[in-house]
Amino acid sequence: MKTVNNRGWFFVIPVVILVAFNALIPMMTVVNYSVQETFGNNVFFWQGLDWFEQILRSDRFQAALGRQFLFTAIILAIEVPLGIAVALCMPRKGFWVPVCLVLMALPMLIPWNVVGSMWNIFALPKIGMLGYFMNDVLGVNYDMTQNRLAAWITIVVMDVWHWTSLVVLLCYAGLVSIPDAYYQAAKIDGASNWAVFRYIQLPKMKTVLTIAILLRFMDSFNIYTEPFVLTGGGPGNSTTLLSIDLVKIALGQFDLGPAAAMSLIYFAITLLVSWIFYTVMTKDDPS
Amino acid sequence: MKARSLVPIFYILFLMLPIYWLVTMSFKTTNEILSGFSLFPQTFTLDSYIAIFTDPTWYWGYINSILYVSINMVLSVAVALPAAYAFSRYKFLGDKQLFFWLLTNRMAPAAVFALPFFQLYSSVGIFDTHIAVALAHTLFNVPLAVWILEGFMRGVPKELDETAYVDGYSFPRFFTKIFLPNIKAGVGVAAFFCFMFSWVEMLLAKTLTAVEAKPIAAVMTRTASSAGYELGLLAAAGTLTIIPGAIVIWFVRNYIARGFALGRV
Repeated sequence: MKTVNNRGWFFVIPVVILVAFNALIPMMTVVNYSVQETFGNNVFFWQGLDWFEQILRSDRFQAALGRQFLFTAIILAIEVPLGIAVALCMPRKGFWVPVCLVLMALPMLIPWNVVGSMWNIFALPKIGMLGYFMNDVLGVNYDMTQNRLAAWITIVVMDVWHWTSLVVLLCYAGLVSIPDAYYQAAKIDGASNWAVFRYIQLPKMKTVLTIAILLRFMDSFNIYTEPFVLTGGGPGNSTTLLSIDLVKIALGQFDLGPAAAMSLIYFAITLLVSWIFYTVMTKDDPS
Repeated sequence: MKARSLVPIFYILFLMLPIYWLVTMSFKTTNEILSGFSLFPQTFTLDSYIAIFTDPTWYWGYINSILYVSINMVLSVAVALPAAYAFSRYKFLGDKQLFFWLLTNRMAPAAVFALPFFQLYSSVGIFDTHIAVALAHTLFNVPLAVWILEGFMRGVPKELDETAYVDGYSFPRFFTKIFLPNIKAGVGVAAFFCFMFSWVEMLLAKTLTAVEAKPIAAVMTRTASSAGYELGLLAAAGTLTIIPGAIVIWFVRNYIARGFALGRV
């Protein structure tokens, strides 16, 4: 049991100051820009909610948002089942466990722009391993700078490569916490593999799996560097996800008002979906 | 060998393929890379690595990255420790709301903050310093560190605190002498995650630096565009960015699964 004690606030003051400086001030800047129009020289005009309306109605934003949801849905649909499957098949103890864990975690420790460059090099037609294999061995016409489908498949496979290990490691952590007695009891009862998975392993993985889905949702929804380096948002606009579009508007065209309004809408969507996950996650939490 | 162990084996092979390709490419000559496909380097060369280690722009990119990552790691864990202690031990006014507010910063798209950070740090005069990048990265690392440490601290029974007070320990002495050694795995894991996310993040690091604190990522993109198709150099630079991560992860290998579960297993 936790004691009720408002002294707790003294402990969190450093964090609050740091995060307030880092998050509140920039956030207020964004809010300011989102309701004003500027022609430079630090002259601003009140614009009200026009930018929000304009962004929400624009085809460009809707298309980017659609692509973003599609991307996140695809990678979640692949990474979560694949991650569970790999975690279930991993050895529980012995020499190979740390080796597997370290090798699996390795892709997550590679800087995101290097991940992009690496896959770019890997997928180059004629020169790269993947490009050579697809074009010259399988005879498929695969070139992600020309073909939209190829570009999409490449960024999806890249993300699966990059982040499935997160799901694996989380599920694995859940699985090793199951006492052996549970399995022995299941064996005595003659439970099938499916029953063991459904009634012992899956419930034990529930918390970690929710964390995994939450983290994967947030990070894939905010993804920028990897697809930017890999495809640059192309061919055409076919892989221009939300962040790429936002940076184009904010830093490329310097349209601060619309970019700020878009930022807030973007953040609000991430927040809303994450809040739903968080509520579900902490619902059964005893503390 | 059981059939089920084939799944992790194939999965790890899939993970290693692009890394293998990057590493082999770094040992090839530019001619060989551009002339077509080869599984192994035909003429083994260290030219790309020599180019990196003799050019200050290149190796300073690595030093800069390591500097701001270290500052960020120390800063994040230092402020997160007391906060996580409070969250794990006390109920106080607005604790749940505060915790969620911290987490929201982990959800913020970096692209949203790039421009405001640039303006904020320019106005307080720390643009293009290591501190700027380290501070910017605390935005998502502090919430994560609090989350992880809170998970580990929750596992330490409260009786430990009470016994220490009965024994006449003052709070600071209890915290450093008794409590910290009990959660040192958690501190290590939190520091590891701060390292990880600060090391891999590039958008903010690039936006907030120009010359003095330019991270390796910025050097890489500039080289890629200015020198045309120097793929060997790019591959060597990429390979070198993998090494610090591989070293750090080896230290936390026994705690890594629990760490990724944020101490909540």
